[in-house]
Amino acid sequence: MTRSMSIGRDHFRQALGRTPFHDRIAAMSKTEDWTGWNSYKVARVVDKLSTEYFAVRSGCAVMDLTPMEKYRVTGKDSRQYLDRLLTRDISTLRPGRVTYVVWCNDDGKVIDDGTLFQLDDNDYRLCSQHHQLDWLLLSASGFDVRIELETHDVAALAVQGPTSYSVLTAAGMDALDDLKPFGIVDTHCGDIPVTVSRTGYTGDLGYEVWMHPEHALAVWDEIFSVRGRYDIHAMGLDALEMVRIEAGFIMPGFDFNCAESTVRHGYDRSPYEVGLGWVVNLDKGHFTGRNALLAEKARPAQRRLTKIVVDGNKPVGEAFIYAGKNGKQVGEIKCTTWSPILKANLALADIDYVNGKLPASLWARFDYQRELKWRTAWAECHVHSKPFYSPEHKSATPPARF
Amino acid sequence: MTERNDVIIIGAGHNGLVCASYLARAGHNVLVLEAGDTAGGMSAPRTLDENFHFPGLAHAAYPVSADIRRDLKLDKFGYKPGDAIDTVALDVNGRHLVIGATGLSGEGLLKSDEAAYPDFRKQYLAFARALRPLFDNTAPRLKDMPFADKATLAKLGWNLRMGLGRSDMYEFLRVAAINIYDVLNDAFEDDRLKGAIGADAVLGSAMGPRTPGTVLTWLQRLQGELNGPLSLQSGGQSQLVHALTQSAEDAGVNIRLGARVEKILIDNGKAFGVELAGGEMVKARTVISNADPRSTFTDLVGAPSLDAMFASRVSQIRGSGVVAKLHLALSGLPEFTGLDESRLRDRLLVAPSLRYVEHAFNHSKYGEYSENPVLEVTIPSLHNSSLAPEGHHVMSVNVAFVPCELEGGWGDQKSTLAYKVISQLGQYSANLKSLVVDHEFLAPDDIEAQFHAVQGHWHHGELSIHQSFMMRPLYGAAQYDTPIDRLYLCGAGSHPGGGLTGLPGRNAAKRILKSGGLK
Repeated sequence: MTRSMSIGRDHFRQALGRTPFHDRIAAMSKTEDWTGWNSYKVARVVDKLSTEYFAVRSGCAVMDLTPMEKYRVTGKDSRQYLDRLLTRDISTLRPGRVTYVVWCNDDGKVIDDGTLFQLDDNDYRLCSQHHQLDWLLLSASGFDVRIELETHDVAALAVQGPTSYSVLTAAGMDALDDLKPFGIVDTHCGDIPVTVSRTGYTGDLGYEVWMHPEHALAVWDEIFSVRGRYDIHAMGLDALEMVRIEAGFIMPGFDFNCAESTVRHGYDRSPYEVGLGWVVNLDKGHFTGRNALLAEKARPAQRRLTKIVVDGNKPVGEAFIYAGKNGKQVGEIKCTTWSPILKANLALADIDYVNGKLPASLWARFDYQRELKWRTAWAECHVHSKPFYSPEHKSATPPARF
Repeated sequence: MTERNDVIIIGAGHNGLVCASYLARAGHNVLVLEAGDTAGGMSAPRTLDENFHFPGLAHAAYPVSADIRRDLKLDKFGYKPGDAIDTVALDVNGRHLVIGATGLSGEGLLKSDEAAYPDFRKQYLAFARALRPLFDNTAPRLKDMPFADKATLAKLGWNLRMGLGRSDMYEFLRVAAINIYDVLNDAFEDDRLKGAIGADAVLGSAMGPRTPGTVLTWLQRLQGELNGPLSLQSGGQSQLVHALTQSAEDAGVNIRLGARVEKILIDNGKAFGVELAGGEMVKARTVISNADPRSTFTDLVGAPSLDAMFASRVSQIRGSGVVAKLHLALSGLPEFTGLDESRLRDRLLVAPSLRYVEHAFNHSKYGEYSENPVLEVTIPSLHNSSLAPEGHHVMSVNVAFVPCELEGGWGDQKSTLAYKVISQLGQYSANLKSLVVDHEFLAPDDIEAQFHAVQGHWHHGELSIHQSFMMRPLYGAAQYDTPIDRLYLCGAGSHPGGGLTGLPGRNAAKRILKSGGLK
C-alpha cells in the first residue's frame, strides 16, 4: 500500500496546482473564473455559462476531470476487498466494465460515491469526489490488496454531449461504435494510447478519456482539431452543476454531509436517505455498514433527498420546504438550478418524512431579489422520481452519428 | 457435519469452563473445543522431563469468588484455594522484607512505614470493595441502559459515596486514574515495600509504576484479595482447573481436546458453528469465544465479515505480553541468604525499588529485555511434594519485562536470558545455579504459540483504562457481545479482564442467558 505523487518539489509555491490541461484551458478562458477542486485550479466558467451548458445538451463539451480522486486497487483479495467496502453487489462486474458505487462507514452513513472501473482481473480503479485514501487503507486491514493514489498520475477528460461520439471518432479514436454505456475500451488518439469509458456526470451521451499526463495536451489538441466540423467547447464546473442536477445525480459533501467528516450527530445520511437504496444489496454478504442498514431498513423512513420541480421561474436559491403552504417546516433545498432545456426550477431537497411518508403537499418558501429589493415567495413543489432529463440518445449503441 | 449443539465454547481455559458450566447448569447442551491436549489454558499444569510438574503459567492466584464456588459446586469437586502465602521482597544484602496480610516485618523497617501500612492496605481494599459491583456484573453501557446496568451503576455509586464516605471517596477519585508510583511515594519510605507493591500493580501489563492507570490495575488485582489471601497453585486435585473440569463434566459439558478451531462459520451475519483444523464442521446455535478477542475477530471471524472501522479498532487493541516464564527443575532446595527456609514457601519478589521496576519496564518499550528484570519466584514443590521426585524441587519464575518481539530477533537470546535470570537469582541464592537440572523458558512469543494469547499477553489485552469496563475489549464488542449475531466473548479479553477469577466467564454466561442469546 503506497501513495505515489508526481507533484513537483515546488508545488508549495502555488496554492492550487495546474492540471496537465491547464495551458489550453487558460488560453481559452475569457472569464478567468477559477476555483479549487482537490487542490487543482479548475474553471468555473471558461467562456460563457450558457454556451457551455448548451454544448453538453446539443453539441460537445470537454471538461478537465484530472482533479477527480482516482485510486488503483490491485492484489489477490481486491474483489473481496471491494465487496466488503461497497454497498453494491459487484459480482457481475467484469473487466472492461464500470459500475456506480457508494460506500458507508460502520454506522451505515454514506462516506462518498464514485465509479468503479474493472480494468483487468484483480485490477480496479475507483474514482470519487473526495479524498478517500485514509478510508481505503483503513478498510484494507486483513486483505491482500494494494491501494495506490493515482489522482496525479492519470489525466482525464470528460467529453460529453450528443455529438461526443462523432467528435472522438473524428479525432481518431476508433472502437467506440460497440462501446456500451459503462463500458471501457483501450484505443488510440492519433498514435497516443488512451482508455475511453462511456461514463459521465451529465446525463447525456458522453465519454471519459484517460491518459498519461504527458500526453494530455496532445490528446486535447487532437479533440479540438475537429472543432471546425463540430461545435466543441471547454466546460467549467458551473455548467456541470446544472446538467448533473438535470440528470438527478447527487454530490456528496454538497447535497449531504460525508459521514466521516460530519461532526454533529444525525447530520450524516444513509444511502436510503439520499435515494441510493438501489445501490445497496443487503443480501450479497457482509459489507461495512450492513448491520446498521439492516436496522435502518426495519424502521420507518426518516427522510429522503428528493428530486423536486419548484413551480414558477423565480430563482429559488436556498429555501426551506414546508408541508403545505404556511405548513410545518419539513426540509430544505440542497441544490437547485434553472433548467434551460426543461424550462423549470429543479432542485434536490432533504425532506423529513411524516409518519413514514413524504408529506403530500410540499411548498418552498424562498427569498429573491427584484432590482436589489428582497421579496419572499411561496412556490409549490412537485416530486419527481425519475431523472429530470434523460434523453434516449444517451444510451443508443452505436450512438447517432453527426 | 456432526451433531448440533446449543452452544460451542472455543477454548477450555478456566473462563471457558466457567461459562460452559453455568450454561450447562441452565439446561443447555454445551460443547467446549480446546486446541491443546489439556483443559485449563494458562492454568493447566505443565511437565518437564516427565518427572517435574509445574502448576501452569499462572502459579499464584487468589481464590475464586464465593458465588462461583457455590454455583459450580467447586468445593464438592475438590477445589481448595492453595496454602495462603506471604510476599517476600528480596534484598540483595539479605535484609528481606516480609509483606503479610497482617503487616510488615524485616530488618531496617521504619516505624512510620510499619504504622502506615495497615491503614494503607485497609483503604485500598475498601476502594477495591467499592468497585466490586463493576467487576461482578456486566459493565454497564452508557446509552439506552437496561435496568440491570442501571442497578450496577447505582450500586457502584452507592458504594463510592456511602460505602467509602466523603473523604475516602475524594481520595479514591484523586488516585483512581493516576500512577502507583506517586501514590506509593506519598505513603511510604521503604524502597523494598514500594518496589514490591509497584511490581504487583504492573505485573502482566506493559506498564511501569509511573504509567497512568496503574492504581487501577492494582485495584483490579486487589479484587482477588477480597475473596481471600493469595495462594500458590500447587497442582493436583485441588487446583481450580481440575475442579472446574469435573464440575463442567458433571453438568453435562462435553469437552473435546485437540480440537483446534480454525474458523467461526457465519452466514448472513449470524454465527452457526465452527470449522476445525482438518476441515470438520461443528454446528451450534450459539458460539462463544474464550479466545483472545484479537484472534477471535482477526483469524476466526475475519475482516470480510466485519465492518471496516471495527476491524481497524480490533487491530489496534493494545496488549503486548511482557512477562516470560522460567521453569526450573532443581536437584535440591536452594538456600537464600538471610531467608529462613520456611519462607521459601512464600512468593519471593525481586523488585527492590520503584526505580528498579520502572527501569526494567523501560527496556521492554524499546524491544529489549532488561538485564535486571523484575522476578516473581515460587517453589510449588514445597506445597505439593508430588510435583518433583524425592529430594528434588520445581521453581517457577515470572520474568518481567520481556518484550514479545525482541529487537533484532530472538535467535539464541532465550537461553541467554534464562541464564541471566538464574545468575541474577544467584545474587540471592548462591547454590541455585548448581541445583538446576533442566529448564524451560517461555518468552511472550512462546506463550502466544502455546496458549493462543495474542502477543503472549496474560489478560488478552492490556488492562488500561481505555480498554476496561464498557470499553473492554473494544467499542462495539462490550458486554460480551459482538457485531456477529450469536457470537459472544467470555474470556479475559472481556470485562473485567484477566487473572484466575472466572468472572468474565461467569458474567458472560449470565449476560447471554439474560439477553436470550441461547433461545
